Amino acid sequence: MKESIVSMKNISYAYERKVVLDHINFEIPRGSFMGLVGPNGGGKTTLIKLLLGLIKPDGGSIEVFNKPIETFKEREKIGFVSQKANSFNRGFPATVFEVISTGLTAKIGYFKFFNKKHKEKILEAIDQVGMLDYAYENIGNLSGGQQQRVFIARALVNDPELLILDEPTVGVDYENVKRFYELLHQLHDNRDITLLLVTHDTGAITEHATDIVCLNKTLHFHGKPEDYSSLSEKDLSQFYGHPVNIVTHNH
Amino acid sequence: MVADFFQFDFLRYTFLTGLLIGIIAPLLGTFIVVRRLSLIADALSHVTLGGIAFGLMIEKLLLITFPPLYSGMIFSVFGSVLIEKLRSIYKAYQEIAIPIILSGGVGLSVIFIAIADGFNTDLFNYLFGSVSAVSQNDFFMILSISIFVILVVALFYKELFTLSFDEEHATISGIHSKRIHLLFIILTALVIAASIRIVGVLLVSALMTLPVAAAMRLAKGFKQMMGLSILFGEIAVIAGLITGYYLNIPPGGTIVMVAIIILLISIGIKQFNFRKKVREA
Repeated sequence: MKESIVSMKNISYAYERKVVLDHINFEIPRGSFMGLVGPNGGGKTTLIKLLLGLIKPDGGSIEVFNKPIETFKEREKIGFVSQKANSFNRGFPATVFEVISTGLTAKIGYFKFFNKKHKEKILEAIDQVGMLDYAYENIGNLSGGQQQRVFIARALVNDPELLILDEPTVGVDYENVKRFYELLHQLHDNRDITLLLVTHDTGAITEHATDIVCLNKTLHFHGKPEDYSSLSEKDLSQFYGHPVNIVTHNH
Repeated sequence: MVADFFQFDFLRYTFLTGLLIGIIAPLLGTFIVVRRLSLIADALSHVTLGGIAFGLMIEKLLLITFPPLYSGMIFSVFGSVLIEKLRSIYKAYQEIAIPIILSGGVGLSVIFIAIADGFNTDLFNYLFGSVSAVSQNDFFMILSISIFVILVVALFYKELFTLSFDEEHATISGIHSKRIHLLFIILTALVIAASIRIVGVLLVSALMTLPVAAAMRLAKGFKQMMGLSILFGEIAVIAGLITGYYLNIPPGGTIVMVAIIILLISIGIKQFNFRKKVREA
């Protein structure tokens, strides 16, 4: 069994009185490509926020890289590409290089400046997503698909071990979605990055992921994509409609 | 024409102060504009006016010399902290902090002016700027503020830029967004207090935003925009001061008009380039 880099035990979370997550047990094994699916309002984004330490659970415990999240300090190990990456201020006057440099700001730390090594690192990340020709273009002049690559590069510049992507393919055309998955496979296979992809697109994710998790307040499914695909429509609607017990999982 | 500015002491200090604020106002202005906070500069300049009126009132009532620029600065910094507090209270309506602080500043000014039983031309100078108002003391204070502001911006450039581009990402990655933002808003307050002698309360925000608006049309990237903004700011200040002096017009007016001309030219250049590209394609 592979080591888990994220482990959530008995996690519950409520906004005001509305319970969004109810006793969730959830693990991300190192090296997996996990697809997180589920209906709107099912708690996907909340789960990500908990994982990033932006909010605290009402109950349960979270371990990240074998440390309780409260004491976890190596934030650069987790790369994050948010939903908002698609809706940022497009007129912002920054070059691709400058945007990606913001990924390093926290790692470099206060009272220190960018050096040659950091600059090489930035160019390397730009190269990895195939945007080297655009390094000194204003980000606003790029297409949606290209901008998304830039945001992935911003996450990659820290050499993350876990990359979390929240609904990254919303509003991206078919051709770019294809290229996007190619890029993810490349990162997963060649750089051993563990991936957690939140998506609505259950068709595409079952083709690419190694594990699927279906979340709607409770965990409805956690297993292999082929098992998820073989679920009948009746099973699925039951999952979405009637909470079932937490699915235990073995790897 | 420029010779006068070096011959007379008071003009020399005005000129040098102008050169300083031509750097620091657009420097902070770049961050203000991209973060859509342009109106905060206006609110703070009005609070500064309240502080200046307070200083003038003290001077008149107690018959002591009290540099109003200091009370202006204190009010401005205090106002900036208050704006941040209000913005955190009204999270969903953050812009409401601006009219509250702005009207509060004007309200205080009116009260102080009334208590002091009206002021002379001095107040007029603070409203629209003046070519003859910068004393040696003022100059050294503005010089220290400028050095401080430039050093802090250089030191925190990457944090300020990261925060301006994507606040959420900055927070997730572990940057102390709130503290950096507070630092930034205090710097803004200092720059406004420093600029008021020359451009005046009513037009100080223009010097922070117009050069940036012009640079935005032409620049590639943030650093280039910052450089261009400072260049445009300097051109506006120098040309504005000289024409203001010779035409006997408060420099606030002439500086802002030069900045607007630069803005129009930059918009024109961009349009021209765009049409040319379309024609070539």
